[in-house]
Amino acid sequence: MSKFNLHNRYKAVVIGGSAGSFQGIVKILSSIPSNFPLPIIMCLHRLKHVRNGFVEALSIKSTVEVTEPYDKQNIKKGHVYLAPANYHMSVELGNYFSLSTEEMVNNSRPAIDITLGSCAYVYRNKLIGILLSGANKDGGLGMKYIKDKGGLTVVQEPTECMIDTMPKAAMSLTTIDHVLRIEQIVRLLNELHKLYKT
Amino acid sequence: MKDVDIADLRRITDLVKTKHGYDFTNYAMSSFKRRIVRILELYNLNTEGLLKKLLDRQFTEEFLNEITVNVTEMFRDPSFWRILRDDIIPAILLNHQKIRIWHAGCSSGEEVFSMAILLKEMDLLHNAQIIATDLDTNILEKAKKGEYTIKNMELNEKNYIRFQGSGVLKDYYKEINGKAILDKSLVADVSWRNHDLVKGGIFNKFDLILCRNVMIYFNQALQNEVLKKFHESLFKYGYLAIGSKESLIWCDIANKFIVVNNEEKVYKKIKD
Repeated sequence: MSKFNLHNRYKAVVIGGSAGSFQGIVKILSSIPSNFPLPIIMCLHRLKHVRNGFVEALSIKSTVEVTEPYDKQNIKKGHVYLAPANYHMSVELGNYFSLSTEEMVNNSRPAIDITLGSCAYVYRNKLIGILLSGANKDGGLGMKYIKDKGGLTVVQEPTECMIDTMPKAAMSLTTIDHVLRIEQIVRLLNELHKLYKT
Repeated sequence: MKDVDIADLRRITDLVKTKHGYDFTNYAMSSFKRRIVRILELYNLNTEGLLKKLLDRQFTEEFLNEITVNVTEMFRDPSFWRILRDDIIPAILLNHQKIRIWHAGCSSGEEVFSMAILLKEMDLLHNAQIIATDLDTNILEKAKKGEYTIKNMELNEKNYIRFQGSGVLKDYYKEINGKAILDKSLVADVSWRNHDLVKGGIFNKFDLILCRNVMIYFNQALQNEVLKKFHESLFKYGYLAIGSKESLIWCDIANKFIVVNNEEKVYKKIKD
């Protein structure tokens, strides 16, 4: 039994982040094995009118290619997906994405609560949710949805965050299983990888 | 927050379909569910309460208005509008003197006004026949008025600057009582029609169909059906523009189109 209490029945990892999360995300993506056993679904706050550049910046150091999914694109393990600019990104029953231009949520589009909430609905207790640094409470409610469905909740250690509003919002709304520094999050993901190999 | 399960959603779509003839069965589940939850919260109802109110025609109109996503911008994706101006419209003019355009799912009309401004700046507005449709009659009325909140105009102006229009967006509207009132002469010849992409038929032939960020609310089966209608509604070598993160590649008749611009998702019909 690992100290993170993991198992090998998870279906996906979902990550939310905003201000101050970029370095952490890059560290995570550059440290995971290239044959990571699950899809990694990311919703990061970004400029609405800048469509290009972000995914490329994340891809530079990532061991796995990062892509922005098209509407109705199938979700595959070992792929890293980033919510595109100016669209909300949801996961559907049947394991594919759908995009939407609905109203902003928490002043954000993409909104982390929408991505996390839809992942919680589809993957239920087979989901790991990770919320990183951010200056907005978006994602807090999403983490609650994940916990309510029995998923594993992880936030970045607030003292390590450039801005800790986001992880603290989650901690005040629900039970967080692990409060971790980025290097420990990397360790958790690597441990997960090992569980799927054996 | 209120919640609805799939069985409840099914009861709602069944009632609206049998009683009023609107079919939401094949709408994408996640966004449709969020719209229903939004309505339950807005009117402070539970599922039973909503089902009761949906027996009423008047309420159903309001329901349609809330179910459909009416978030849009003028010149959203400015690079798309540049391609339209610099490549697509000139290409259409090589074969046709008159440009026939269909805005399918025009919502509150921002893209119709954007198109009219684009054509006016090319001195082609009089050469265009524009038909704008939506299933929601309330939003069509709003579109016809061309009144937008000043707050939204900030974003629209930024988009227009990135589009590199030949004037300034202020040339096309007046500020009255905290609202931006667009120049009605821009859309004087636009035909606004009530039309449901799900059950509506083919009503005309076009050189260009714009249906951007509309089909994302449909599941793939319905996207397939709607694409067939678009195919039939286009002249051979006519163009279809969809949202930048939409794709046709998995549709049955994708082979009857070629990609003209992949970044901006402009397709061209090459086979009947």
